[in-house]
Amino acid sequence: MNSRDLILGRVRRALADVPRDDTPYDQAVDRDYLREHGNRSVEETVELLAENLADYRAVVHRCTGDELPALLAGILAARGSASVVVPPGLAPEWLSASDTARIEDRTASTVYDLDKVGSVVTGCALAIAETGTIVLDGGPAQGRRRITLVPDHHICVVRVPDQVVSSVPQALERLDPARPLTWISGPSATSDIELDRVEGVHGPRTLEVVLVSGEVQA
Amino acid sequence: MSGGTFVGMPSFPEAAHDAVNNQTLRANLRHATHTIRGKRAKAVAEMSDWAELREAGKRIKDHTLRHLDRYLVQLEESVTAAGGVVHWAVDADEANRIVIDLVRMTGESEVVKVKSMATQEIGLNEALEAEGIAAYETDLAELIVQLGKDRPSHILVPAIHRNRGEIRDIFAREMSEWGRPAPDGLTDTPAELAEAARLHLREKFLRAKVGVSGANFMVAETGTLVVVESEGNGRMCLTLPETLISVVGIEKIVPTWRDLEVFLQTLPRSSTAERMNPYTSTWTGTTGGDGPQTFHLVLIDNGRTDTLADEVGRQALRCIRCSACLNVCPVYERAGGHAYGSVYPGPIGAILSPQLRGTASEIDASLPYASSLCGACYEVCPVAIDIPEVLVHLRERIVEGGPATREGNKVVLKPAKGHAAERAAMRAARWAFGHPGALRTGQRLASRTRRFHPRTLPGPGRAWSDTRDLPAVPAEPFRDWWQRTHGGKDTTK
Repeated sequence: MNSRDLILGRVRRALADVPRDDTPYDQAVDRDYLREHGNRSVEETVELLAENLADYRAVVHRCTGDELPALLAGILAARGSASVVVPPGLAPEWLSASDTARIEDRTASTVYDLDKVGSVVTGCALAIAETGTIVLDGGPAQGRRRITLVPDHHICVVRVPDQVVSSVPQALERLDPARPLTWISGPSATSDIELDRVEGVHGPRTLEVVLVSGEVQA
Repeated sequence: MSGGTFVGMPSFPEAAHDAVNNQTLRANLRHATHTIRGKRAKAVAEMSDWAELREAGKRIKDHTLRHLDRYLVQLEESVTAAGGVVHWAVDADEANRIVIDLVRMTGESEVVKVKSMATQEIGLNEALEAEGIAAYETDLAELIVQLGKDRPSHILVPAIHRNRGEIRDIFAREMSEWGRPAPDGLTDTPAELAEAARLHLREKFLRAKVGVSGANFMVAETGTLVVVESEGNGRMCLTLPETLISVVGIEKIVPTWRDLEVFLQTLPRSSTAERMNPYTSTWTGTTGGDGPQTFHLVLIDNGRTDTLADEVGRQALRCIRCSACLNVCPVYERAGGHAYGSVYPGPIGAILSPQLRGTASEIDASLPYASSLCGACYEVCPVAIDIPEVLVHLRERIVEGGPATREGNKVVLKPAKGHAAERAAMRAARWAFGHPGALRTGQRLASRTRRFHPRTLPGPGRAWSDTRDLPAVPAEPFRDWWQRTHGGKDTTK
């Protein structure tokens, strides 16, 4: 007997007490927990997102679509990165005001190439207000997972309010599990030294989130 | 370069004896557990529906366990359909063999690892090392444990028994043996220590061709795996290598994508007391052009089906490894994780290890007693595992013996040695309570001779009464008093 059949056989014998007509999945779980916590207007939800992002040490900026290129140029200049990597699907307008050398991510570029890059600019799939989380799903404006990981400085653009949901349940509803997802809540951190949170380990040590309202070039 | 192992561990009381006399260890543990306790309570209080989330988490896990065969088959199908390869391992040896062969097939001789309880449990690092394959732990606490040739002592923070000064010394002394040395003049500030780990591990991440991980959840419906982490080392291992091997216990399944909405709310708040942990990665098979192009999932039993066969004990398999129960436990806080002789310390370890490994060894037979049954663990458990209930159940099984399942076979355990006096006392009590005349005579005799009672017990009871006063016997048995006074109505004497 192979191990698969052996394990499945053991599981079935172990569950001899479970009746054949055991409660089916859709009735087995009461889902009387909340879909979101509290009643907030759209503006308040965006405000909560900004608060929670900042609480976990992300730097939060707000602007309109027209102001976005200038704001991004300002952030990159202030950071002083020699180059910035962008996913192939990022709207060129976003960085049109910046003179930081722009590197488009290519499949052929190696992690060593990426390790030399100072900053990365991406969009996101959505953001969760209650937890201060941005979620990337590898869409055109987000690119491969590695580009938001290896550089030390990540600038993530969130269109508000349409990319903002209140809660984790609402986020999962909108996300596609077939895509590789990265949920990001603040810069990388650790609680491994005396169970106290310290920011800045392997992922980007600086996370800047730009909440942009109004018309945005996609 | 391997750390210590848990083989041949002394029983819990023996191991704990040294720990409680170690002042540094006790101070470290007290500081860390008290820090996190308060924060957790605050993070949980933010959620008005915590009780409902906890109940839903319990029900999802219970339902999954009750139909585990079906969900395992479904998971296998969906992972395969998404481009992954599924392997099955009955025990630790088989799991290690599978991983070794998979690494060999890549032609590589080193792997980077995401912190994983399952691979700790099966001793994968030691098995890889024996075959000439270097396994680099990349979680900060695991790195501290690995560099310090130490053993993990906490589920979430395996180096919780080390304070910042000790960590600094380990880094300064050991990092150069493994790769990039610690920066000169390294101090003990946590930020500098984290920076040293970042520099040390970066070269390993960048050149790694094989990553090894566990998973917090596997979704049967979609074939999605989930890893919840903080540092980004998980993302490095999950996305930079060409080959990813995930070793996961069969109980880590949830039926649907939607079920994650419960656990992604309860797990971060219970473990690190955060609204959300910094990084959560989910992946479904392989994705062209992004991340590993080869994905293997190794499903391990290693005692889980034996645990599942116990109708009371199976609830331990609901555990999502948050470690909240460790952080509130008065016994863990004083004895530390090493005394539990397992990668699963604390209250959950006290019910999980004896079930996964059986109660044949001294340490496993002593673990269900490593508790005061105060119930704080049950209170904080985000999937409502009634740890005290299982502890008492396991104690009974150890003392009385009885039916159990070991390696898939039904066996009848013999009563454990060393509980003879306890069993004799219980038998005598049963007889006395069944014979009212004898009980009455005995009670009167006890009352009349009370002046001559010793203050401590003789024989096997001596240790117990070393630190406790024996209850004083009243001058008159309660029943006699009741008869004489008609329940206190007649006189107050």
